[in-house]
Amino acid sequence: MTDPRPEAQVVLRLENITKRFGKLTANGAISFDLRQGEVIALLGENGAGKTTLMNILFGHYTPDEGHVEVFGMRLPAGNPRAALAAGVGMVHQHFTLADNMTVLENIVLGTRSIWRLGFGRAQARQRIVTLMEDYGLRVDPDAQVGSLSVGERQRVEILKALFREARILILDEPTAVLTPQETDDLFATMRKAVALGLSVIFISHKLHEVMAISSRVVVLRHGKLVAEAKTSETDRAAMAQMMVGSEVAAPVVRRADPGAALVTLAGVSSPDIGSAPGLKNVDLELRAGQITGLAGVSGNGQTALADLIGGLIRPASGTFHVKGDAPRGWSPHAAISAGIARIPEDRHKTGTIADFDLTENAVLELYSRPGFSRHGWMNWRAARDFAAKIIRGYDVRCPGPETRIRLLSGGNMQKLILGRVLETAPSVVLANQPVRGLDIGALTYVHEQLLAARDRGAAVLLISEDLDEVTALSDVIHVISEGRLSPGFARGAMTPAELGVWMAGDGFEEAPHAA
Amino acid sequence: MRLEPIANPTWTRSLGLPAVALFATVVVASLLAMIAGAQPFSVLGLIVKGAFGSKFATLETLNRATPLIFTGLAVAVAFRAKLWNIGAEAQLYMGAVFTVVLGTGALAWPAFALLPTIAVAAMLAGAVVLLVPTFLKTRFSVDEVVTTLLLNFVVLLWVSMLLEGSLKDPMGLGWPKSARLIAEARLPRIAEGLRLHWGFGLALISALVVWVIQRRSTLGYEMRAVGLNPAAARFAGIPVNATLIKTALLSGGLAALAGFSEVAGLKGNLTLDISPGFGYTGIIVAMLALLNPLGVVVAALFVAGIFVGADSMSRAAGVPTYLADIMLALALLAMVLAIMLTKFRVRRD
Amino acid sequence: MDILDILLQASFWTAAIRIASPLIFAALGELICERAGVLNLGIEGIMVVGAFAGWLTVYLGGGLWFGVAVAMLSGMAFGLVHGVLTVPFGLSQHVVGLGITLLATSLTYYCYRLALPEVTSPPKIEAFQPLEITILSDIPVIGPALFNQTPLTYLAFVLVVAVTLVLYRTPMGLALRAAGEDPAAVEAQGLSVSAIRICAVMVGSGFMAVGGAFLTMSAFNSFFFEMVNGRGWICIALVVFGSWKPGKTLLGAVLFAAFDALQIRVQQTPLGADIPYQIFLMAPYILSILALVVMSRRAQVPAALMVPFNKGER
Repeated sequence: MTDPRPEAQVVLRLENITKRFGKLTANGAISFDLRQGEVIALLGENGAGKTTLMNILFGHYTPDEGHVEVFGMRLPAGNPRAALAAGVGMVHQHFTLADNMTVLENIVLGTRSIWRLGFGRAQARQRIVTLMEDYGLRVDPDAQVGSLSVGERQRVEILKALFREARILILDEPTAVLTPQETDDLFATMRKAVALGLSVIFISHKLHEVMAISSRVVVLRHGKLVAEAKTSETDRAAMAQMMVGSEVAAPVVRRADPGAALVTLAGVSSPDIGSAPGLKNVDLELRAGQITGLAGVSGNGQTALADLIGGLIRPASGTFHVKGDAPRGWSPHAAISAGIARIPEDRHKTGTIADFDLTENAVLELYSRPGFSRHGWMNWRAARDFAAKIIRGYDVRCPGPETRIRLLSGGNMQKLILGRVLETAPSVVLANQPVRGLDIGALTYVHEQLLAARDRGAAVLLISEDLDEVTALSDVIHVISEGRLSPGFARGAMTPAELGVWMAGDGFEEAPHAA
Repeated sequence: MRLEPIANPTWTRSLGLPAVALFATVVVASLLAMIAGAQPFSVLGLIVKGAFGSKFATLETLNRATPLIFTGLAVAVAFRAKLWNIGAEAQLYMGAVFTVVLGTGALAWPAFALLPTIAVAAMLAGAVVLLVPTFLKTRFSVDEVVTTLLLNFVVLLWVSMLLEGSLKDPMGLGWPKSARLIAEARLPRIAEGLRLHWGFGLALISALVVWVIQRRSTLGYEMRAVGLNPAAARFAGIPVNATLIKTALLSGGLAALAGFSEVAGLKGNLTLDISPGFGYTGIIVAMLALLNPLGVVVAALFVAGIFVGADSMSRAAGVPTYLADIMLALALLAMVLAIMLTKFRVRRD
Repeated sequence: MDILDILLQASFWTAAIRIASPLIFAALGELICERAGVLNLGIEGIMVVGAFAGWLTVYLGGGLWFGVAVAMLSGMAFGLVHGVLTVPFGLSQHVVGLGITLLATSLTYYCYRLALPEVTSPPKIEAFQPLEITILSDIPVIGPALFNQTPLTYLAFVLVVAVTLVLYRTPMGLALRAAGEDPAAVEAQGLSVSAIRICAVMVGSGFMAVGGAFLTMSAFNSFFFEMVNGRGWICIALVVFGSWKPGKTLLGAVLFAAFDALQIRVQQTPLGADIPYQIFLMAPYILSILALVVMSRRAQVPAALMVPFNKGER
C-alpha cells in the first residue's frame, strides 16, 4: 500500500490521551501521529480501548489527561462540533442514520445554520452527486435510509463525512458488516480518498484486511499502546501476537459425528421484518452432534431464521419440524420446552433484563417449571441456588447472585446466558452472534462451550457475521443472502472467496435451490 | 451533561436526596403561602395540626387516605408492568356504580354474603373498564395513556346520566344522586363510636396482599419482567399480553374498591363528586411510594394529611386550598428527580 | 331540522372553525414536541395556564396581543421545566407530564383565588372580535366560516402553514425531526439533542398555552375552572390521528370540531331531545378513541418518541 513520504504533514496528533472509567483505565497515555495521505490501522481486541480512544478524538468523551491536535490546532475537549469543524469525519460501527428520512436529509443534517430558511436541496444534491462520482460511492440521494442495505448505509455515512469536507476519516470496524466483495469496494474508496489527500484511521481486528489497506499499524492492548510499526515491516503472526499478548490458539475441533436431524425446515418462508428480509423458500437440517454455521452479511434473514427456531415467529409457508413433529402453537415457551437453547443476538435488549439481579435473570426462561415455582408462587431459594450453580459452573465473575446484571461486563453476561440455557441439557443450541463484542478470553470460552455441546450430541446452529468464526467452528456451512439459503457446504469445501460470492447473492442464480 | 449509573449508592445519597426533595417542596410551598399573605411557618404548622392535631383530624385523614391507598395500589401495580393506567378515576366510579346497583335493595342478602359479592362485582366492573384500553394496547398498540384518560370523561358522563336517569333517587328532591344503600350493604365501623369504617382495614389488607403478590408470586415476577423489558420477557417465553391483561384486572379491580369503599363505607350513596380526583392523586401516591405497595400506605397517609390539613389551614389562614395540590405536584416532580439522582451521577461531558 | 340542513348552515361551520382553533394551536404544539421525541402530557395543564395568563393580562388592563404573548411565555416556562426534567435527566415523560399538568392547574387556580378572592361569577373581558375579510367572506358558507373569525383563528391557520414549512423546508425542521427519529445521528453531526428537544418542548408548550388563551380571549371571554375540560388530551389523540403531520392534524381538528358543533345542534332538535345530553358530550371522547384505533396501523410514529437520549450510552 502507499507508503507516505516521511516528510508528509502531520494532520492529527494524539498526545498522552488518558481516560479512566472508575477503576478501569480505558486509555493509558496513548500518543501517535497520523500523516497526510496515510492509512493507519488501529488494531486491538474488543475492550482494548479503540472505541474509547476514537470517542475522545471525536469529542464524545473528555479525556482525563492529554489532548488532540488537528492540523496543528488543539481541539477543545468534549466537543464533537469542533472535531467536525476541524475536518474529522467518523463512521461509527453502529450507524447514526435516521431511518425515516432520506439520504439527502441525513447528509445535510447539521451542516447548515439552523436559522437559515430553506436548506438548498438542489445545491446539496449537486455536491452529493459529485462526491459519489469522485469516491465511487453510489446510492440514491432520495431513498429513505430505512430501505437501504447495510453496505449502502455505510456509503451514506462516508458521504456525510465527505460532505462536511472531512480531511481525516475514521472508520470504526467498517468491514464487519460487509461481504468480501463490498469490502473490496470500500478499500477502493479508501484508496481514492488517500489519493485525494485525505488521511484515514481504519479500526479492525481482521489482520488480512489490515495488511491489505494500511500503511502503518498501531496496536492497543488493555488500554495501552503496545506497538507501532510499518505494515510492510511486520506480518500477520507478529500483529496477532502484539494484539493478544500471546500466541492465539485456534480451537481444537474434533471430527463431528452427526446424528439424526432434530430441526428441519423444508421450503419455509416468512414475512419480512421491517427492512430486513424474511425467509425465502428455505431448506435446512440441524443434525445432532454437528455445528451448522450460518454465514452472511447481517440483515439478510438471519433474524428471521433465529426468530423462527427460537419460537418468536411462525413460518408463513413450508414445513417446519422439531424432533420429527410439526409443532402447533409455536412460541418461545414451546421452543424452550422442546429443548432448544437460545443464545440471543442482543444480550442487552433481549437476553437479559438489566435491572433484574442475576437470580431473576437466571430463571427468566425456567421460572414456571416445577422446581422454581408451585401453584403460581416462586421458590426463590431454588432460583438462588440455580444462579449460584451457574455462577460457579460457568465462571461468571460477579459479587453474587443479588448483583444487578446491568453491572456485569458483556462477557460475564453472556456466560450467565450460556449457563442458563446449557444447564438444562438442551438437544438444540441456537447461538446467534454469540461472541459479538466479547474479549478474547470470553470468546474462547463461548466457543469451547459450543463445541462441548456438540460433542454431547446437541445440534448447534451458529449464526455469525464473522466468516472466520463460522469457518473455524462449523461442520456444515450455509450462506444466507436476501433471505435465501445456500446448500450446505462441508467443512473446508469452500474458500472464503467462494463463500463471499454466495454472501453477495450471486451463487443462487447458477445453483437453483438444491434440497 | 451525561448520566452515569452508580453501582452502589451510599445511604446518604439514597436517603438524603429524597429528603432534599421534600424540603425543597416545603420551601416553595412556604413562599407561595407568603405571597398569599400568611406566615409561612404557621401555615405548615396549621397543615400538620389540621391533619393529625386531634383524634377527629386523624380519623378524617385516615378516611381520606382509604380511597387513596386503593387508587395508589391500582397505579403502582399497573406502572410496575409499565401499563400506564391513568384511568383509576373511571374505574373508581365503575366500582361505585355497581356498589349502588347491588346495594340499594336489589339483593336482599345478609351482610356477610352481600358485602363480598358487591366488592367482587365492583372489582370486575372496574377491571372491565381498564381491559378496554389494555386490549387496544395489546391488539392495536394504541397508547393506553390517552385512552384511559379519555375514558375518565366518558365514564363520568355515563355516571351523570345514570344519576339523572335509572339510578336517580326518587326521594332526592331532583338532585342527581342515588338512593342510599341498605344497612346490610354498608361497611361497618372498625370500632363502636369511631368514625372510621372497615374500608380502611380492607385497604391495609389489599396493600399487604399486593406486596406478597409482587414479591412472591410468578405473576409479580412476570409483571416486573414485562415492565422492565418487554422484548426480553417475550423472548424468554413470558406471556406478555396475558401478563398485561392480568395486571389490568388487578389494577382496575383495586381502583374500583376505592369506589366501593367510599360508597359502602363513608357516603352511603353515590353522587357525582364522590371522588375529588382520587384516581389522579393515586398516581402521585404510587410515585411517592416508588411503586412499593407498603409504601403506598405511607404515601397515601402523607397525601391525605396534606389535603385534610390544607382544608383546615385554608379556613384559619385564608390561603387557598389549592396549595395542597401544588405541594403534591412539586413533591412528585422533585421526588422522581431525586430518585433518579440516587441511581445516576451527573457528569459534565 | 335535518342534519343535512345543519351542515349547510354557514353559522354551523363558523362555529366549527371556532371550536377547532384552540385545538389547532395545542395539537400543533404537541406535534412539535413529539416530532422532537418528547411526549408532552403537560398539555392539559399548560392550556389552563395559558387561558388564565392571557385572560388576567387583559383583565389587568394589558392589550389583547400582549395577553397572547404573556400566555405563550408562561406556557414556555412550564415547557422549560418539562424539557429539563425529561430531556437531560431522562425522567419518565408520562410522570413528568402528568406532574406538570397538576402543577400548572393547581398553581393557576391558586393564583386565580389570590387575584380574585371574593368573586362568584367570573368577570368578563373585552376579547378579540371577529375580523371580517372583505370579498372572501362573501363566498357562500365557506366565506363566513373561514373569513369572519377572530384574528387568533387566522393565526392558528397561518401557524399550521409556518410549522409545515419549518419542519420540511428548513435546517431547523430537519434537526428537529432527526432528534425525534434518531438522536444519535443528530449528536454525531455536532448538534445538541438536548438543546433541540428542550427548545421544541418550550415552543410547543407556548403554542399549547396560546390554545388555552383562545378559550378565554376569543371564545368564552372569561376564565373559569375546568374550562379546558380534556381538550389537551383530545389534542394528543389528534396528533396521532394526523400521523404527526401538521396539515392532517389541522384536518383532524376541524373534523372533530365539526362533529362537536353538530352534536350541540342535534341536541336541540326534537330527535336530540329524547337522548340524554351526556351521550352527546361523550361522543367527542369516544370519537377520539376510535380515531386512535383506526389510525394505529397506518401511523408513522417518530422512532425515538419517548426514548430518552443519554450520551453515555451508545
